[in-house]
Amino acid sequence: MEDIILKFHNVCVSYTEGKNAVNDVSADVRRGLITSIMGPSGCGKSTLLRAVNRMHELYPDIKITGSIELDGKDILKMNPIMVRRMAGMVFQRPNPFPTMSIYENILAGYTLNGIRLSRAEKDEIVESCLFNVGLWDEVKDSLTKRGSFLSGGQQQRLCIARALALKPDVLLMDEPTSALDPIATAKIEDLLVQLKKDVTIVIVTHNMGQAARISDYSMFMYLGELVEYDKTQKMFTNPKDKRTEAYLTGRFG
Amino acid sequence: MSDKIFKKLLFVSALVIMIVCGALFYSLMSGSLPAFRELGFFRFIVSSEWGMNSDGSEHYGALPFIVGTLMTSFTALLLCFPFSLPVAFFVGEYYNNTVVAKVLSTIVDLLAGIPSIVYGLWGFYVIRPFMVSLGLSEQGFGILTASIVLAIMIIPYSASLSAEFIRMVPRELKEGAYSLGATRAEMIRRVIMPNVSSGMISSYILALGRALGETMAVTMLIGNTNNVPISLSDTANTMASVIANQFGEADGLKLSSLIAIGLILFIITAIINYIGRLIIKRQSL
Repeated sequence: MEDIILKFHNVCVSYTEGKNAVNDVSADVRRGLITSIMGPSGCGKSTLLRAVNRMHELYPDIKITGSIELDGKDILKMNPIMVRRMAGMVFQRPNPFPTMSIYENILAGYTLNGIRLSRAEKDEIVESCLFNVGLWDEVKDSLTKRGSFLSGGQQQRLCIARALALKPDVLLMDEPTSALDPIATAKIEDLLVQLKKDVTIVIVTHNMGQAARISDYSMFMYLGELVEYDKTQKMFTNPKDKRTEAYLTGRFG
Repeated sequence: MSDKIFKKLLFVSALVIMIVCGALFYSLMSGSLPAFRELGFFRFIVSSEWGMNSDGSEHYGALPFIVGTLMTSFTALLLCFPFSLPVAFFVGEYYNNTVVAKVLSTIVDLLAGIPSIVYGLWGFYVIRPFMVSLGLSEQGFGILTASIVLAIMIIPYSASLSAEFIRMVPRELKEGAYSLGATRAEMIRRVIMPNVSSGMISSYILALGRALGETMAVTMLIGNTNNVPISLSDTANTMASVIANQFGEADGLKLSSLIAIGLILFIITAIINYIGRLIIKRQSL
């Protein structure tokens, strides 16, 4: 039996009454793998991802129905604070906190939750998280500097480290490389492949090549619907749905 | 061709503004020169006597008014803080983009548009009797009465500018904090506050600049006495109110002294505004 970490069940998300941005999506995401969500802009892929850590609740007009289970618990019925600690998120544009140092940025998840740590625990978390994202050697001498002085790619890796510091079960990534250059993108992609032994990754991307390179499973969404969901290799070589095929061969999107 | 004319026109109007400003400063300078020459600049600032001595000689000092101005302005700033800060967060963060916030911020902005004589009247007929009933002073005039009205008058300036800074905190940063499991209060404390602190300070500095120069309402409520105030219930005069009160019947050295007070007020408010703008500029970089 396959190990399922995240279960979408008839999930609908709407920004305006009666118009679903995500329409009746059901899917199971497997633990310890990278699952990518592809589709043209406006297809609802980011909307679906943001439902998982309940980002939509920040905006009162957005309504969600259906259920999303994380480790067997319905997250829509849990305390959103707990959900967000279990599901880390990395955003499209790197967003290190500009008023905090690199060191403080890594620990932001703890300080923001009012968790007190000893100096040794802090040092240990900062070092191991930065090491995991391959940033330790680059920044170990400038931990007290502001995170915003780093390059875009370094900032994004800092944000990944910040999300990993809370040891989430799943890491949600919303087009994490779309604001980065190809070299920084390649570094992040390598990093994600290394990270999947520790954390399940769900990544939204409009870069088909990226989905093909790093993901084990792929979803293709179109107009709010989940059109196809399969092993990445299978989908790219032999898509079942005509729309998927059209998208993958570059006929739209 | 027309482009050149337009450019020249712009240049001329910019020049006129600068000349007006320079001329204003020059006439204040030349008008206050007799007072400084007679009394000495430093002595003028630290002296607390104002008026005719018993032997008929005149002596004027600005100290009572400088102290009065600082006391009313800073008291007003302290009083406005607990109201304008919550309003700023209410409008800028908690209810941002809602009807409630729009109504509230319109009302707050409306406060800025009310003529100060109306504030003065309201203070005279509402706040002053209230002070009397509290037993703070016999007639209800004084620094505290003026400060309360002044505080209400400067709330719009600090509140709407602070709200603007709070609104400017990027959505990505707020979502970043929430995505790490922060509560709203923690997000405000750890993400919004450090990002807006210097902007907020500048908004209060600009509000202070308004308070320093406010004339009409203060003149009606402060009691208009020329002594150095010791406590908040004392009557006093601010730099602006003493000019408004006495320039009509002043001539000679007294007139020159009043102009000198005007010059000092001009310089103080210019410096305060400059500092405020400097901080805003550094914040937006």
